[in-house]
Amino acid sequence: MSKRALEVHWGVHHRGFVDDLNKQLGKSDILYGSTMDELVKATYNNGNPLPEFNNAAEVWNHDLFWESMQPGGGGMPKLGLLEQIEKDFGSFTNFREKFMETALSLFGSGWVWVVLKRREKRLAVVKSSNSINPIVWDDIPILNLDMWEHAYYLDYKNDKAKYVSTFMNHLVSWNAAMVRMACAEAFVNFGEPKIPIA
Amino acid sequence: MAVRSLATRKTLTLGLNSTRLTQSRALQTFSLPDLPYDYGALEPAISGEIMQLHHQKHHQTYITNYNKALEQLHEAIQKGDSSTVVKLQSAIKFNGGGHINHSIFWNNLSPIREGGGEPPKGSLGWAIDTNFGSLETLIQKISAEGAAVQGSGWVWLGLDKELKKLVVETTANQDPLVTKGAHVVPLLGIDVWEHAYYLQYKNARPDYLKNIWKVINWNYASGVYEKESA
Repeated sequence: MSKRALEVHWGVHHRGFVDDLNKQLGKSDILYGSTMDELVKATYNNGNPLPEFNNAAEVWNHDLFWESMQPGGGGMPKLGLLEQIEKDFGSFTNFREKFMETALSLFGSGWVWVVLKRREKRLAVVKSSNSINPIVWDDIPILNLDMWEHAYYLDYKNDKAKYVSTFMNHLVSWNAAMVRMACAEAFVNFGEPKIPIA
Repeated sequence: MAVRSLATRKTLTLGLNSTRLTQSRALQTFSLPDLPYDYGALEPAISGEIMQLHHQKHHQTYITNYNKALEQLHEAIQKGDSSTVVKLQSAIKFNGGGHINHSIFWNNLSPIREGGGEPPKGSLGWAIDTNFGSLETLIQKISAEGAAVQGSGWVWLGLDKELKKLVVETTANQDPLVTKGAHVVPLLGIDVWEHAYYLQYKNARPDYLKNIWKVINWNYASGVYEKESA
């Protein structure tokens, strides 16, 4: 991901969402003071989004996006996260394929996510349109990838496949994902805990 | 009586023949239409780089995927595989819509020296004044609605043939204008997907919308209007 792309994506798009959101919050007594999670869920309004939703959700989404990447990223996750991926997708290779397929089958603008599904108690790859965020479906995001054209157009033009595979090979931060997974596990009961025997 | 049964038999035979013909009729596939101007001819409003990518990559991809979906649909229909037929609808709407919309779009644009940007005269000019007050008002409205589209989509000037009036509409993704009304005919469509302007304007979609009017081909829109309102 080039410096130029980051300058525009982070410096103009993301910054724009933050500024616009702050302006909207300044006018709202009810919403002012909420956490980002609360804001996104409240403004989503069960599918009838309020005007603040787009900005709130895009701020949330982009925060996770920068967190989902690191210089020298890529490779594979380890320990518990890898085990969970192998359990839920069969193998890491299957998971990669599913991720790629989901990203490339998105029509229009949107995001691809790896989430921990609360009810099914498993990891899944999901896609969302425009600014929708899986926390409105009550799932826990582990990492995401921006599939809006502005995210890849400067570097890859319309070669989405190259963008997604570069993300997987060189950018994705499995460290960040492992941390988020550990936090997420606090909210989802996977069954009997493995208590180590002294 | 005899005559009638003769006629029936003939129709039956004809019917059988046509079934055979239907089954062997080749599926019509689509190909990329040529642009009526060079890639660089719309500069500086739209860069040659964008025009080339937009035409050769994006539009071509819609056509390729549309043809693929149509082939799969053809097979599924012949096999009576309803669940595949229904499953393919979204791919057909998206890729077929992409082909329809972009084909209209190339005709909506024209180099300045070939009349791009010249205001509409004749019946369309008059209809615009009646429906919107003035061309400037219409342009402001289209630009504002286009800028407000969230995510990817199009902004349209259409003719509602049933209500006999001009309308400004937006559609999401590649939904064609007909999804907004069976009687609405597109006169002018502007692509507000990021790929249509990003390399040149980055996220300043309003600037793209301000500049594109310099190369809008009102002649084409007038032609369609005259034909559809006859």
